[in-house]
Amino acid sequence: MVIFIQKWWRGYRSRRYFSKLVETAYFIMKMNFYNEMAVRIQKRWRGYYVRKYIHNYYALKKYLEAISVNNEIVRNELQDYKEMKENEEKRKDLEKKEKEEKYQARKMHYLLSTEQIAGIYNSPFRKSPDPMELLLRKSKPLSHRHQQTKSPFDYELYDWPTCKRPPTFSTAQPLPPIVRQKPQGPFRDTTEVLRQRYKPLEPTLRVAASINSPLEKAREEMKSEEWRNSIHDNEFLPFSSYRKNQKYEPSIHRTGKYSQETYGTKHFREIQPKKWVADKDFQTVLPPIVLFEKFGKTYSRAGQIV
Amino acid sequence: MSLLRPLLLDVIPTIQQTAALALGRLANYNGDLAEAVVKGDILPQLVCSLSEQNRFYKKAAAFVLRAVGKHSPQLAQAVVQCGALEMLVICLEDFDPGVKEAASWALGYIARHNSELSQAVVDAGAVPLLVLCIQEPEIALKRIAASTLSDISKHSPELAQTVVDAGAIAHLAQMILNPDAKLKRQVLSALSQIAKHSVDLAELVVEAEIFPVVLTCLKDSDEYVKKNGATLIREIAKHTPELSQFIVNAGGVAAVIDCIGSCRGTVRLPGIMMLGYVAAHSENLSMAVIVSKGIPPLCACLIEEHEDHIKAAAAWALGQVGRHTPAHARAVAVADVLPTLLAIYMDTRGSEDLQMKTKKALKNILQKCTYLPALEPLLHDAPPNIMKHIVGQFSKVLPHDSKARRLFVTTGGLKKVQEIKAEPGSLLQEYINTINNCYPEEVVSTTALILFNVCGKFSLFW
Repeated sequence: MVIFIQKWWRGYRSRRYFSKLVETAYFIMKMNFYNEMAVRIQKRWRGYYVRKYIHNYYALKKYLEAISVNNEIVRNELQDYKEMKENEEKRKDLEKKEKEEKYQARKMHYLLSTEQIAGIYNSPFRKSPDPMELLLRKSKPLSHRHQQTKSPFDYELYDWPTCKRPPTFSTAQPLPPIVRQKPQGPFRDTTEVLRQRYKPLEPTLRVAASINSPLEKAREEMKSEEWRNSIHDNEFLPFSSYRKNQKYEPSIHRTGKYSQETYGTKHFREIQPKKWVADKDFQTVLPPIVLFEKFGKTYSRAGQIV
Repeated sequence: MSLLRPLLLDVIPTIQQTAALALGRLANYNGDLAEAVVKGDILPQLVCSLSEQNRFYKKAAAFVLRAVGKHSPQLAQAVVQCGALEMLVICLEDFDPGVKEAASWALGYIARHNSELSQAVVDAGAVPLLVLCIQEPEIALKRIAASTLSDISKHSPELAQTVVDAGAIAHLAQMILNPDAKLKRQVLSALSQIAKHSVDLAELVVEAEIFPVVLTCLKDSDEYVKKNGATLIREIAKHTPELSQFIVNAGGVAAVIDCIGSCRGTVRLPGIMMLGYVAAHSENLSMAVIVSKGIPPLCACLIEEHEDHIKAAAAWALGQVGRHTPAHARAVAVADVLPTLLAIYMDTRGSEDLQMKTKKALKNILQKCTYLPALEPLLHDAPPNIMKHIVGQFSKVLPHDSKARRLFVTTGGLKKVQEIKAEPGSLLQEYINTINNCYPEEVVSTTALILFNVCGKFSLFW
């Protein structure tokens, strides 16, 4: 009988245990399955995310292509800049050379050939005159004025910010001239006319020098020599003017007004109000002393001559 | 010296000025004479009467101070100790630009030596006045003021921060557009000294909108302008990947590569280093360098230059470019760089630094290189420590690629691998075993037989 109960109890317990076992096994199987499916989803998601955001191959390729395009642009621009600078340098050199040549031609204007005598650049054996000859013909003779000396600082130091020369990197070529209607008729070229009209005065030496010129120069020389040789700059005063600087001190009777001084008659001592003990002066008129007023008046008449 | 000293106290100002000028020229010529000037107690006399004198005296006195201060830090310290800095700062406030120029030149030479002297110059209140001097119209004054600011800010980040706080960056950035070459040199040098200390300073410099104007400086006709421009870009690029990215986006890499191609000598060095820094930050940037055709000029530098430090820099830069991924290493290897690097490494005449850098570069590139035709020629000459990397790479690629295996045998690579003697159990032996295992037995043994025959014939000869 007891065994029957034990048998039933053991069976019951093991059935319970077994069902729990089955439950947990089933639960674990389900979780594994879910995990596996989750891993599949996560796999897809990770692949997508990395390919899109972290290491986007096509974006990288496009970026690199964009960089090469940008590099090309930058390289071209820099090349243009360099060429522009080189052109500018060349142009400046050319201009300088031309200026030199023109200046030389102007200086040597006397070498121009005349009707009678052929100049050195216009040899009769040549078919056409030398280019120098043509340059000489075009140029104006150099006047004998002082050329304004250009200090070497002018170009370098003050070029850029004070804009004495306009900055040269703007355009390579100068702008074309404004074409005006040429007036009809046998008129001279306007620039020439203006040049003639506003030609500055070129006075000769005789006019330009001052009248006293050699005398003045000699005077100045003497003056500077004296200044150099003297020990100090104070002028040497002549004796006659020695007393000129002395002040005239008039006597007491002469100073002041034309009338007589009151000092000596009206008052005697000098007044120094600062030394007074009280701020009142001595009284000149004193109040009468009563006792002395009575003198001769209040005494008895005995013995007096009436 | 004893004769000149009383002349400084003469009544006539011209004599004073000429005496000061003479002292300055003496001190300028030689360091010992400058020491004699200091020992003769002349500097305090010069300094004490400076404030009432006229501008020629001030210029001459500043010239003497500059000449004394330029030779060594001790002399500059002596100049500072006699109270010259306050006087020089007073000169900086003068109206005449020549006086300002002489004073700022003297301050620049003093500040050049070390950071204490620079700190002393800054404490005297020179920096705001120098920033004012930069804005003056005279070009010589601008040049000297820019060079002084560069000398002050090069020592430490705090000094550079002081210069930046005075508002120098905006003015310096504007002056990059100036056509004068010497001014550009100094301005670029000043900006690079400011930018080199920290990320914030570099960002401040970049915010002043110097790109892309700086790139035109790289095309200037003056060599040192190019060098200083490349230095500035390098100092900015080396801090963070974002700054390098910015430079790459602005087209800086192309400009620097062209600059390297057009120069010779030490002028190239900052450009090479800049490419190295950019490539070192990330693989995208290094790919950008490759795409901008950066490798051929670097290779040319490696071959043509004679100086060791330039070659070392070029080797380092190539190593940085090639070390990221196999694609990068392939690009480097295709340009035929590896044999050159190996030759430089094996050359015993080169300096230690050069050899170390080439070795590192080789290792870095080889560890990622899978381009076998470039690795083949290296098999023949490499020393053992490089050999193991090469053989390692072969052992990684050969098991998977049959065409490569065939090529390897026909070009004699397998024979060469057999000839290598390695200790059993070392990494090299493992690699050799892996390679041998790729091939069927007969091939390996036939090659071994051929080898023995050849060796035997040679031994018969001998």
